[in-house]
Amino acid sequence: MKTVVWQRIAALALLLGTAAVHAGVLAEDRADVMYHRYQGGGITVQGPSVLVRKKFGESFAATANYYVDNISSASIDVVVSGASRYAERREQKSLAVEYLRGKTTYSASFVNSEENDYKADTYSLSVSQDMFGDLTTVSMGYSYGKDHIGSSVDPTFADGIERRNYRVGLTQVLTRNLLASLNFEAVTEQGYLQNPYRFIRFVNGPGSYALGQEVAPRTRTSNAGSVRLKYYLPWRAALDGQYRFYTDTWGINAHTAGLEYTQPLWNRWVFTGSYRYYTQNGTNFFMDLFPRPGYQNFMTRDKENSPLQTHTIGLGASYEFPLGFASSFIKRGTANLHVNHLMVNYSQFRNLTNFPPGTAEPGTEPLYSLSANVIQFFVSFWY
Amino acid sequence: MRKLLPLLLATATLLVTACAPIEPWVKPYEREHLADPIMAIDPDPVSSSYMDHVFEVREGAKGATGGYGGGCGCS
Repeated sequence: MKTVVWQRIAALALLLGTAAVHAGVLAEDRADVMYHRYQGGGITVQGPSVLVRKKFGESFAATANYYVDNISSASIDVVVSGASRYAERREQKSLAVEYLRGKTTYSASFVNSEENDYKADTYSLSVSQDMFGDLTTVSMGYSYGKDHIGSSVDPTFADGIERRNYRVGLTQVLTRNLLASLNFEAVTEQGYLQNPYRFIRFVNGPGSYALGQEVAPRTRTSNAGSVRLKYYLPWRAALDGQYRFYTDTWGINAHTAGLEYTQPLWNRWVFTGSYRYYTQNGTNFFMDLFPRPGYQNFMTRDKENSPLQTHTIGLGASYEFPLGFASSFIKRGTANLHVNHLMVNYSQFRNLTNFPPGTAEPGTEPLYSLSANVIQFFVSFWY
Repeated sequence: MRKLLPLLLATATLLVTACAPIEPWVKPYEREHLADPIMAIDPDPVSSSYMDHVFEVREGAKGATGGYGGGCGCS
């Protein structure tokens, strides 16, 4: 089920992130090999990611990415549903091509993701244009995605999602030390937008509860707008501030704010420190405990649809290593370690791990929270 | 009318100057700081797209994460 999210991000990153950052001149050839690991809330996800980017002449470039998630999960959702820890693997392959003509970059990409109960394909197109003496870059993008959803517990279950993303972006040089970036994205989704492995709970007689299937609308439209400022400090360091507002037709309003500081040191090292805050209210049809089954048309107890706040602290170090004999075919190489610590606090979603039905008055269980550590180690080469 | 005059002048000035080509107010030779790798909008796409994924899986919001549409014209 995680495919839904990852498809879109991969398409964006491949299609636009790698290419359009320096529209007008195609970005440098590079290769990245990463090991990633997420651990927290009973879940461990780890695996490799390999990205290779190559120019062909001055006008064409191609980027390929291979990514794997090896998942071992006994999350609170798995535990409360009575299921046992499960393991699965997801593989994702993507390819993007770019064509530069004058100050305009055209891009197209395809992303395919497969796991045992979920298959997704996303096609994207985008165009970006430099203007006003290269002080301004405007971009537009469109993606179409089609997901095929199954269930590992019900072999007869089959459904799908159709997704369309519309994006516009603007990057502006404001002063010789300040960059601004504005982005807007609208997403429309149609189809099976709930999770076959998540359950609602409802009051089932005095002092007890029972679980039932969640029911979500089959359409969802979201709008998100963000602003970002990046400032070059006089002692050669960078300060990056970001804010994003998100709203959707399910009733979620969310605010994200982030700050990152980058400091090069001792010639070969670059250190980063960051803090990110996120807050959202819940969807209109979220309740931790419904009064009865069939209480309303749409019902969810998905914790991602509940009111929550996230604090994230990040530290990173990058070392540019000497190339020695390899300098004849590699321009630059870095080894990077990024560590992030997440704390998610849920303000209505309760922790039922030690409270099976009949053991506590429903609605008095402690609120759930989780913390997780995210580690990325990667090596990058520019050639 | 006296109060309107500055407004009319400002509008007229704007209209006249809008037709002229915009002069880059940060010249190419003044973009040394912006061209520094530490000022890249998305220096590590593999890492930033992975973190976006981590957040989107655990939160309700998505989209407009930036990284795309970038460009400082400093290449």
